[in-house]
Amino acid sequence: MIGFSATAFLMLGAATMVVRSTDLVRAVLWLAATLVMTAVAYLQLQADLLAGLQVLLYTGGIVTLMLFAVLLTWEKEDGVPTASIVGKARGALCALAFFTPVAVAIVGADLPLQERVLNGSESAELGALFLTRHVLAFEALSVLLLAVMIGAIVLSRRSDPS
Amino acid sequence: MNSLQLWLLLSAALFSVGLYGLLTRRHAIAMLLSMELMLNAVNLNVVAFAFARGDLTGQVIALFAMALTVAEVAVGLALLIQLSRTRRSLQVDRATELST
Repeated sequence: MIGFSATAFLMLGAATMVVRSTDLVRAVLWLAATLVMTAVAYLQLQADLLAGLQVLLYTGGIVTLMLFAVLLTWEKEDGVPTASIVGKARGALCALAFFTPVAVAIVGADLPLQERVLNGSESAELGALFLTRHVLAFEALSVLLLAVMIGAIVLSRRSDPS
Repeated sequence: MNSLQLWLLLSAALFSVGLYGLLTRRHAIAMLLSMELMLNAVNLNVVAFAFARGDLTGQVIALFAMALTVAEVAVGLALLIQLSRTRRSLQVDRATELST
């Protein structure tokens, strides 16, 4: 319970800093903190493999990519505009309008816990699932990644001046 | 309230924070960051269900979602870099034309 409270507090705190920080580089670093806290949450949920991948893929990969993009498109005079008070109130209202019904539904729902408990060493079973029941999605994903790689190169290539 | 509900509440709160960021930020990269928060919240949700039901399918889905997120970020950032080249700005309010 203490573990959950600490994780929740740190995760939400870091996430709030992501959306509040006016400096983009800091926002990206706060995002990295949020993602690491999510990896901690995965550890508590007995998803060891996912926790490792979260740190490798997200914190290592995406954050680096984001930092590159921030620095490549950096413009000093451009700054990050802060929304007006009205805009912020509107955003907060929308977020609350989403959260309140969902929270009410979650608290009111009858969600029993199963007897079988994961013990965090199911990596082999997870790998087997990828190659048996979910093999089609797995293969489709590899095609998608190839398409994304080509797409990213085509999109970010400097267009011919002629 | 059991532990699953607590995790789901945390996930919903994280999603709401991301939603707030997406609606209030006007810089394209900052909006992408908020979207990452929301995607992350969804993953947390699925993993919590996998834990509570003792079923690994949730973790499989989370892994697929992670790979898709990486793909989405790669293409999104390529688009943003192109946008900043043509517009000299990543303020989404200024990108109002379709012509290049």
